[in-house]
Amino acid sequence: MNLARKLACIVTLVVCAMSLAANWLAPAGYATQFREAPSAAPSRQHWLGTDEVGRDRFARVLYGTRISLLLAPAAALVSTALAALVGGLAGYLGGIWLRVARGFTDLFLSLPWLFLLITVRALLPLNVSPTVSVLITFLILGLLGWAASARVLSTSADALRNSDFILQARASGLHGARLFLVHVLPNLKPVLYAQFWISIPVFILSEANLGILGLGVAEPLPSWGSLLRELEGMISFREEPWRLVPLLLLIVVMTSFQLLLSNEEVTA
Amino acid sequence: MIARRFRILVGFALFFSLALGCFAQSGGELRFCLRSEPKTFDPLLVDDDASLSIRYLTGGVLARVNRHTQEIEPELAESWKVSKDGKQITFKLRRGVTFSDGSSFSAEDVAFTMQRLMDPALHSSTGDAFRSDKGTVSTKIIAPDQVAIIFPAPIAGLDRLFDQVAIMSAHSPKKEGAVLGPFMVAEYKAGSSVLLRRNPNYWKKDSQGRRLPYLDSIRLDIQSNRDVEMLRFRRGELDLINVLDSDYFDRLASTSAGLAHDAGASLDSDFLWFNQVASAPIPEYKRAWFHSANFRRAISQAINRDDLARVVFNGHAQPAVGPVSPANKFWFDSKLKAEAYRPDAALQRLQAEGFRLQNGALFDKGGNAVEFSIVTNAGSKPRERMAVMVQEDLGKLGIKVNVVTLDFPSLIERISQKFNYEAAMLGFRNVDLDPNGQMNIWLSSAEDHAWNPQQKSPETTWEAEIDQLMRAQASAADPKKRKESFDRVQEIVAEQAPIIYLVNQNALSAVSTAVAGANPGILSPQTFWNAERLTLNGNQNSPSQASR
Repeated sequence: MNLARKLACIVTLVVCAMSLAANWLAPAGYATQFREAPSAAPSRQHWLGTDEVGRDRFARVLYGTRISLLLAPAAALVSTALAALVGGLAGYLGGIWLRVARGFTDLFLSLPWLFLLITVRALLPLNVSPTVSVLITFLILGLLGWAASARVLSTSADALRNSDFILQARASGLHGARLFLVHVLPNLKPVLYAQFWISIPVFILSEANLGILGLGVAEPLPSWGSLLRELEGMISFREEPWRLVPLLLLIVVMTSFQLLLSNEEVTA
Repeated sequence: MIARRFRILVGFALFFSLALGCFAQSGGELRFCLRSEPKTFDPLLVDDDASLSIRYLTGGVLARVNRHTQEIEPELAESWKVSKDGKQITFKLRRGVTFSDGSSFSAEDVAFTMQRLMDPALHSSTGDAFRSDKGTVSTKIIAPDQVAIIFPAPIAGLDRLFDQVAIMSAHSPKKEGAVLGPFMVAEYKAGSSVLLRRNPNYWKKDSQGRRLPYLDSIRLDIQSNRDVEMLRFRRGELDLINVLDSDYFDRLASTSAGLAHDAGASLDSDFLWFNQVASAPIPEYKRAWFHSANFRRAISQAINRDDLARVVFNGHAQPAVGPVSPANKFWFDSKLKAEAYRPDAALQRLQAEGFRLQNGALFDKGGNAVEFSIVTNAGSKPRERMAVMVQEDLGKLGIKVNVVTLDFPSLIERISQKFNYEAAMLGFRNVDLDPNGQMNIWLSSAEDHAWNPQQKSPETTWEAEIDQLMRAQASAADPKKRKESFDRVQEIVAEQAPIIYLVNQNALSAVSTAVAGANPGILSPQTFWNAERLTLNGNQNSPSQASR
């Protein structure tokens, strides 16, 4: 393991541990409003200051990290699994299946998802707790975010289908699901990993955007998305640099994730 | 020697007065932003903010509400008389006035404008204010400078309604291009800007006999992004920001205190209400809570309005009292006070209704936990913050509140068509001082009767009383009687709390030091209501000067 990967591993572990220990590290909690000190600068009591209604920003970052680190990868897992199923299978089967799957994927990609998401949100019941709302949000993202990955996977699987070792496996009498599971899927793993990791920041940012449309995580629960929304309308970063912490954390964690992948996985 | 000195002094005085005169007349170009594309340039069809601004700057009206004193003042009409029965208004018009294209102004133009305004086929929202009853509005030209307008039923506050009616030319081939206001539309680039130039035929002169307006032109850039608007103002590319959010206001005030203006409480209010529609798809026990005046009053008492004003609006808001802002000098009922934050009293009131607090959660008589959702529009940061603070305040009483932000069309559909919501938080942007402007809210049959709209007959006795009082004030000619009726409406609203008023935001604006004569007020348009008298001075330190 090279130094960069070791460092990435440490960073990821520290961030995960801190988010899990949020109850002890930030006993004020993410929802308590210190109304006498809204938008306060960092202090001994509030390490990263407070937000616009006086909630401890450090606590919100820790709890938000816990939610986003748990649910964004979960959503990415759902979307990657769906992509593997649709794209991987279609590429492996080839012919009409591939054409149909690509047509369907293209159609799916061309739909105005933003407007459909608004409609979906409008249809959901209003009286759901913040915890349920966050699960719904990331589930929707996972269920709808598979198409781009499926397009990539279908191309990779199509290339694999015609490769020499697959032909050899076929010639050896291997067919159907066994051929797919033993030879095709393991060779798609690097692409699947890459698609998985790429999806995580995409889903975090999508959640932030959905928050503006009312589809995000419900108050008072924090998420990286809702914390990033605080940067909206910031004119000068020099005045309140501590507000950039959620953004920096996102960059650091995503970079660590990328470094944790092996070279082969990334370049596949 | 003395005569020579005197001549020199007179010479200097003449030079300076001429210089000052030239300076005032040279005017220059004022720049500010419209936050959306103007939908129309037809002054009778205006119903959006951008078009309203253009109508204000270009349209000539018979009488104008002074945005500073809130009094009605003569403009194109020298005087007017409202008949005792309140059905007729007779205007004596100013003579020698011409439109921007040179055509003369007469009673015929007023008659033409009113006939067009009241044409049902035009669907003018400005015209709706004059529709007091079935029947047609007629006009009678008594003389070239005298015209009477006759309505089928009395209209209260009739003269003030003419503040919104820009007179159009009956004969000019330029149609709405011929205007009587201080400026005229010279250029319109869709999606980019509107250029207004000085109307060379504008009738008004200043006290020294100089023809107004002082400015040469006004450039209105179409810019919906408030960050960009603020950035451009800071760079000196804009001279005014008509309406500022409290965040932007404080940022500006911290760096350039003289540019940010807080004119005090505006007419706008933010409020909360519970769904009381009989057919609404909500559980019966919740409907019973929402129908209880005690429950609504308790919620009102449990909300800390001072905190909302201080935290959400950084102190640039006032706890709201009721449907009329204290800024509305005549119509506000001064006997009323904003509901004080009293969580103990709120809990007692709830307990009297059979609610009980158990392990930190509130339950009703039937053992149902008190939980409801508040919907509000997504993207409005102040409202989202208020909802979060209300959530915490009510949480102290053991009430669980779920805050749901929805896109505006979905929200409107839920609160006005499907009635599929429990409580909603919205705001009311009030531009009309007169209570007639709120008829669409308080009449139980009205579409905007938020908590239970379009009732065939009033479902409660207090709503029936409000109906009767609103109709009484609308048909009374005596302002005192009208005030008495509307004061009682405000008292009923305070007792019943069908709408829980939260805050009145302050009127915040920004004016560059390059602009002289600005006196930002609370009524729209806050910064340029006296545009004809604004000048651009030569202050070298001003941000706008830097870019010119």
